[in-house]
Amino acid sequence: MSGLLEILGAAVLFAGTVFLALGALGLIRMPDSFNRIQAGTKATTLGTLLVLLGAGLLAPTFAFKLVLIGVFLLFTNPLSSQVLARAAARIHAPKVLGGAVDRFDEDHPDAKGGRA
Amino acid sequence: MNVAYTTSRPHRTGVFFALLLFWVLLSGSLAPTTLGIGVIVGAIIAWLLPGAMSFFSDFRFSGRAVRAAIAYFGYFLLALVKANLRVAGLVLSPALPINPGFVKVRTRLKSPMGRLLLANSITLTPGTLTVEIEGEWLYVHWVTADAPDIEGATHEIVEGFERYLEVMYG
Repeated sequence: MSGLLEILGAAVLFAGTVFLALGALGLIRMPDSFNRIQAGTKATTLGTLLVLLGAGLLAPTFAFKLVLIGVFLLFTNPLSSQVLARAAARIHAPKVLGGAVDRFDEDHPDAKGGRA
Repeated sequence: MNVAYTTSRPHRTGVFFALLLFWVLLSGSLAPTTLGIGVIVGAIIAWLLPGAMSFFSDFRFSGRAVRAAIAYFGYFLLALVKANLRVAGLVLSPALPINPGFVKVRTRLKSPMGRLLLANSITLTPGTLTVEIEGEWLYVHWVTADAPDIEGATHEIVEGFERYLEVMYG
């Protein structure tokens, strides 16, 4: 057994779980649906990819299938986030705007929502 | 509004080969029986779903497109890591320094697959989340909306990916 590969795998796995934990923290700290989706999508994508990479380093025979799981993840994760965000925008989910623009509401007056 | 998310012409061949590729990778075997099952099931699915999209839908099979695809993947992974570090920094910062807004950007991409990949890429990169696509317009939620005008936002969010996707899908 190569000890180095195992240490590296464990370190990468740990880094992955840190990003996943930060994603969870983001879900709590962010002020509205859209910002929460942002924190949820990004942190969990890299977190899960790192967990897969760590698993691949610990068990190299699984590497091929882990890559496939990663590809599925890269396609499905943003897609589900986009569908959630679109649904939130269409049902007038409350938004927090930092004094910046809201082109979506400008172009979709019928979907005018409240402010959180 | 057009909600039929299918490509304009059938892509049975592309779907078939995408399915077969995944089947071979998943089963990890090139034995005749396994391969035979993959060919038959893949052909049935591709035949039943003429409107389905795959990686190969609208892909331009040329050396230039393949090089662009590789460069795109590298650029994308780099952007993904940057996005995560940035969001992690935001979440950990006690003041939560966000300035969220919804911006509108325009894409030059014509093919549905190219637009899908663009929307996905935007969602996975620094502080941006695609909310709605209407034709060539994308509405994007931006955690730190630094460039609220259309030109500025398009430059910041879209152009990095579009460079590659345009060569790959048009």
